[in-house]
Amino acid sequence: MSIVQNFEVFVPKLIEKREFFSPGHRACQGCGEVVALRLVLKALGENAIISNATGCMEIISSAYPHTAWMHPYIHVAFENTAAVASGVEAALKALRRKGKISDRYVKSVGVAGDGGTADIGLQALSGAVERGHDMIFVCLDNEAYMNTGIQRSSQTPFMASTTTSPAGKVIPGQRTEKKNMPEIMVAHRALYVATACPSYPIDLINKVKKAKNTAGPSYLHILSVCPTGWRSPSNETMKLGRLAVETGIFPLYEVEKGKYRITWEVGKRRPVEDYLKIQGRFRHLTPEHIKQIQEKVDREYELLLNKVKYSKSWA
Amino acid sequence: MRDKAVEKGIYFMNGDHACCEGAIAAGCRFFAGYPITPATEVAERMSIRLPQVGGIYIQMEDEIASMAAILGASWGGVKAMTSTSGPGFSLMMENIGLGVCTETPCVICNVQRAGPSTGLPTNVAQGDMMQARWGSHGHYEIIALSPSSPQEMFDMTILAFNLSEEYRIPVLIMADEVVGHMNERVVIPDIEEIEIVNRAKPHAPPEGYLPYRPGPNGVPILPNCGDGYRIHVTGLTHDERGYPVMTADAQAQMVEHLVNKIVLNREKIIKTTSFYLDDAEVVVISYGITFRSARSAVEQIREAGVRAGLLKLDTVWPFPEELVRSLARNVKALVVAEINLGQMVREVERCAAGRCRVHLVPHHGGAVIRPERIIEGIRAALKRKRNR
Repeated sequence: MSIVQNFEVFVPKLIEKREFFSPGHRACQGCGEVVALRLVLKALGENAIISNATGCMEIISSAYPHTAWMHPYIHVAFENTAAVASGVEAALKALRRKGKISDRYVKSVGVAGDGGTADIGLQALSGAVERGHDMIFVCLDNEAYMNTGIQRSSQTPFMASTTTSPAGKVIPGQRTEKKNMPEIMVAHRALYVATACPSYPIDLINKVKKAKNTAGPSYLHILSVCPTGWRSPSNETMKLGRLAVETGIFPLYEVEKGKYRITWEVGKRRPVEDYLKIQGRFRHLTPEHIKQIQEKVDREYELLLNKVKYSKSWA
Repeated sequence: MRDKAVEKGIYFMNGDHACCEGAIAAGCRFFAGYPITPATEVAERMSIRLPQVGGIYIQMEDEIASMAAILGASWGGVKAMTSTSGPGFSLMMENIGLGVCTETPCVICNVQRAGPSTGLPTNVAQGDMMQARWGSHGHYEIIALSPSSPQEMFDMTILAFNLSEEYRIPVLIMADEVVGHMNERVVIPDIEEIEIVNRAKPHAPPEGYLPYRPGPNGVPILPNCGDGYRIHVTGLTHDERGYPVMTADAQAQMVEHLVNKIVLNREKIIKTTSFYLDDAEVVVISYGITFRSARSAVEQIREAGVRAGLLKLDTVWPFPEELVRSLARNVKALVVAEINLGQMVREVERCAAGRCRVHLVPHHGGAVIRPERIIEGIRAALKRKRNR
């Protein structure tokens, strides 16, 4: 049975036909992150200014003559994406207020990987969301530092093997659990927070559009399959994204002003083994390890369902 | 555990890995780092090697935290290091100053790449030499070494730990991308042949003990946290008790002490290697990977009959002022080759003080300087009439 088949509302007519991320860039074969980025930019349309942290998406897309960006684009350092995007937003606001630029509404958008969001970039992101800038921050999460050669990040899942959390006889890979970035952003009272995955393109595009129409800080956390770092077949990127959602490892949900809502109901969740077994980074796992991961996923999913049930909008 | 710390043998390894082996041989048991090209291999190998010897590797959320963590670990009582490159080195600057001010032994390996900013992440440069000297705010002295091969990465990392323990100061290993990524023969000697220096520990009774009073060589004898002494570590200006004192007098005393413990011991700290200095009419001064090109250039030009000498700076900071001053008196010209547009050459000019010509062979970064360019530089320096 093919995994990609049960779209409920596939309405390609509603999707922007123009491309804002041109082909010919240098992403790896089967890169899920670049698919996510392309969809994000399609959903944003032309009225956006991008601030992009150092990372895979910067390296593969910005070097001449492989430059893929159609938007005004600032490559920043590693730790300051949200701060630069804040500055862009504030400048646009000031110039609009003084009547120096046209009244066109242009969104400031920060794009960073998981390291540039959750590790080195967290301080800047926290400040930007706290100050309430009218901007979108997009985290393209491929669960490790792939650009420097697969080092662990705080988004690397429990027990995944990376070059700095190598799986050995004593220690089975990453020893910490994935830091819950969307929840951190909800705690900052970001107006709109959502998780997405390019395996669900319509869902992703809708969320970006929602974020774009939110006057205030919004945060999108997009799981991006990385065949190079996850040691998975490059032709199964979309399938892996689906499996991450269908196993409940990466549920798709959104939080509007504090109110949680699951945007893609999975019904009966698949066992996590389905997702883990096609990835080399989990190759060392024993059935006991997989059971541990299953228990953690079950617990987290239940917590999420509780939030959906009991959370209330603060608006 | 001890047997795994020094794996005696002859290896073919890259400079980053040799740095790890040197650190572990020197007794380093804590590494905090953050991935950055071209220093990532240091962190990667440390994440495998440290657990094997009972040490701890932690990956931090950024370089600010990495540098801060090794300061904490050092006060906790272990030898600690981190590694990074350009942008990360910039982020570490405040905490390097904290390490200098609190007299915390630790080692930072900067595998330099071309800047400014993100620059050329995968290509070589020697553009951080002045940042190493003056990068953190305030006036202070620092120790920085410059390895030119994987073997020197091993040897100098041990030396760096020994210096940091002896003089209680962060020691910088100013490597570069080529040295870090180049694979060469590395000889790891027997554990008995490696000289290790450990920080002096106080024996005085805790009552009336002044932790920051300079010891016999000008370096205070400080306890680790938990050794039974009352210890107050601060980045504020402090007196011999270690407590903050907000006066100009206390500032003068503390800064004098921080500077003097390095300046007055500089003869013991500074290491240089020289070639053909006896008959030289022109001397090339170089360090790091550029020394390799300079050596080739000097060998070639000597065969052509030019009496050229070569001075390699193993220690770049403190700068070997006396040596360069005396060279300047005895030669026609000093040629400085470095992969920047003139950093260490300023020190050479300052020491030469017009006594001889000083000629720079610069490079913007991104590639090593070819020996031919240094040969041209030597010839140009000898031809040139006036000082630049």
